[in-house]
Amino acid sequence: MIAEAGLAALWLAAALAALQFALALGAGGAEGRALATIRGVAVAQGLLTLAAFAALVILFLRTDLSVLLVAENSHADKPWLYKFAGTWGNHEGSMLLWVTVLAIAGAVVALFERHLDERTLGFSLAAQAALALGFFAFLLFASNPFERLNPAPAAGRGLNPLLQDPGLAFHPPTLYLGYVGLSVAFSLAVGALVTRDVGPALARAMRPWVLGAWVLLTLGITAGSYWAYYELGWGGWWFWDPVENASLMPWLAATALLHSLNVLAARGGLRAWTMMLALVAFSMSMVGTFLVRSGILTSVHAFAVDPTRGSFILVLLTLYIGAALALFAVRIATVKEGAPFDPLSREGALVANNLFLSVILGIVLIGTLYPLIAEAATGEKLSVGPPYFNATAGPLALILAALMMIGPQLRWRRDRGPMLQRLAPGIVVAVATLVATLLLAPSISLLSRLGLALGAGLVPASLAPLAGRALRRTPLATWGMCIAHLGVAAALIGMASDSAFTREKLTTAVPGDRIEVGPWLVELRSIRPVAGPNWTALEAELRASKGAGVSVLKTQSRYFTEPVTTTNEAAIETDWNGQLYAVLGAEDVATGRWQVRLWWKPFVTLIWLGGALIGLGGLLALIGRWWRAFRTRRRFVEAEW
Amino acid sequence: MIVRPKHQRLVLVSLALLAVGGAVMLAMWGLSDRAAYFVTPTDIAAGKAAGGQAIRLGGMVEKGSLRREADGVTIHFTVSDLTAKTPVRYRGITPDLFQEGSGVVAEGRMEGRLFVADTILAKHDERYMPPQMAGAVTKPAR
Repeated sequence: MIAEAGLAALWLAAALAALQFALALGAGGAEGRALATIRGVAVAQGLLTLAAFAALVILFLRTDLSVLLVAENSHADKPWLYKFAGTWGNHEGSMLLWVTVLAIAGAVVALFERHLDERTLGFSLAAQAALALGFFAFLLFASNPFERLNPAPAAGRGLNPLLQDPGLAFHPPTLYLGYVGLSVAFSLAVGALVTRDVGPALARAMRPWVLGAWVLLTLGITAGSYWAYYELGWGGWWFWDPVENASLMPWLAATALLHSLNVLAARGGLRAWTMMLALVAFSMSMVGTFLVRSGILTSVHAFAVDPTRGSFILVLLTLYIGAALALFAVRIATVKEGAPFDPLSREGALVANNLFLSVILGIVLIGTLYPLIAEAATGEKLSVGPPYFNATAGPLALILAALMMIGPQLRWRRDRGPMLQRLAPGIVVAVATLVATLLLAPSISLLSRLGLALGAGLVPASLAPLAGRALRRTPLATWGMCIAHLGVAAALIGMASDSAFTREKLTTAVPGDRIEVGPWLVELRSIRPVAGPNWTALEAELRASKGAGVSVLKTQSRYFTEPVTTTNEAAIETDWNGQLYAVLGAEDVATGRWQVRLWWKPFVTLIWLGGALIGLGGLLALIGRWWRAFRTRRRFVEAEW
Repeated sequence: MIVRPKHQRLVLVSLALLAVGGAVMLAMWGLSDRAAYFVTPTDIAAGKAAGGQAIRLGGMVEKGSLRREADGVTIHFTVSDLTAKTPVRYRGITPDLFQEGSGVVAEGRMEGRLFVADTILAKHDERYMPPQMAGAVTKPAR
């Protein structure tokens, strides 16, 4: 019954999306009463989609094996958290989550957006409904999550154990909220292009959505990177896997958009540019969805190997991106010129930021799609990995970091003030670090050396906009910017330090053996079997010491029966200056010795700490803007009294 | 000097085009020698993989071919696609479900007639077989 109700809710929501689209277009963008009706339809559509998603969650929690999706992806013996998270640990469920977020985002815009021109909002809601309609159709015709299985099997097939991790419960929803939050920026840009109403008001309506989506993408990517780091047991934190790129590309576009939106909101400049980025950002979300959901990728994330689904998403993708770009081409000549500015100004620096981020985005996009294009064109199978991305995107990211030391300290419109004094702290620290690494670590690679120097220089430079200000009176948005930039500095130092100073030891040992890695002395104490809720494991106990004090690390090789799989659970000891990372391998049956792999990774934690700071900065900016809007509104009301 | 608005749009458009062009050029340069081609033992036997270039080798780990060096962490095995065989050396902990008779994708390069792997990817279970590997094992000859 629940499955049928969920399916009915989904059909009804799709019908409402069609109605919303027709109403908004028919009323020419809609004002007054007509807009009020459309707002109501959008809210109902959001609630119905949420109900459908809730139905699927219930089916998974109950392990209703008469539903095909549940039977194929769940098992009654799983802990409840993984039953719950298993709802989106598969193709159909994750697409339903995607559409749910899309519909709810549309509902929230419809409910709360009161400042934007009504006709623009009407067309934006039409665009949002058009997006939703396509993906509803995809769910209903190509990925029905509620399909029944007759007869029902006695037991489900279980969830890929690699995905059985608390991280899974929150990672995809976070990323999806980010991906799909950008749909609002897309729809607002479409609405504004239709009514030719591109200006600061639009930027202010768009900004919270972009900021929010960007914060969630940042946190999602950071969490995903840490998940891959401890779960895969390879000691790496970023693999340039196409699925990672699929989340990086919208992030890059959203980062550029975030910066150019500030120019549009504060100075009325970069109008065409900002609209383009708003269209590109959500297009990248859709490209990412296509890459992940079409199953054409070599990845643990690739659930579906069904060509009709891939083609379906590809058609939607072409349709939406093509229509948006066509609209852009037709309308952009009529968008008014922005306010002029000097090349050496805040605007100039933000243009440079946008250019570099766009080039990096282009490089990642081409590198990610190239294997698909090459195979389609020549039949040649190939993969593009870290050598390509590091060599091309790495240096550009460093130039961007160097620009970050300057940009935030420039004034709007034109800057004639003395430059050297303002830039001195950053430059001095960067040069000092460069010299120090040349003297102390002459053999590290150029890229990591520059990364360390620029990262260190960026620490004082990113805090410079706070210097000489009354800190309590400084707007939260400025605090947010400084903290986010500081996060970039921290992440950069962490990445460079990890690639320059990591020590690795790969060896075999029996209990009682001692292994040296970096400053640590690690003793293998014992290896014994342990059991979990739906797995058994061999657990190695390691005692690691560095001067005084001993830490105990427990690393496991886990064996799952449903489905049959083994995974390596890494053990990680976090110290203030880095992490010790241990993995247990297989036993050499002939000698009885166990494979042990150890890494000492100085300051690697800064990568994720930096990511968290970037997200925190965005969050502060978001809260600051809200607070300011709230206060002005209150003051306005008081003045009317 | 403040640039006049008309000029400013022209400058910005040119910069944007330059950025797109630059990205494409840079990507093409990077891809020209950094893309790892997916090969099968048959391709290697046919001389398709030049020495020193990064490649991905896919096929089955041949039964009875796996052996370990005295250091305990270096292994040797043979990858087969049912028509040809390639010997592989790898130093490291093999991933989950890497075993004889199973599918494998190894990243690395040819050193003479030996494939030296930096990374080994094994399938997690039968449902999560990468599409590339499925092709290599079911259609050995191309």
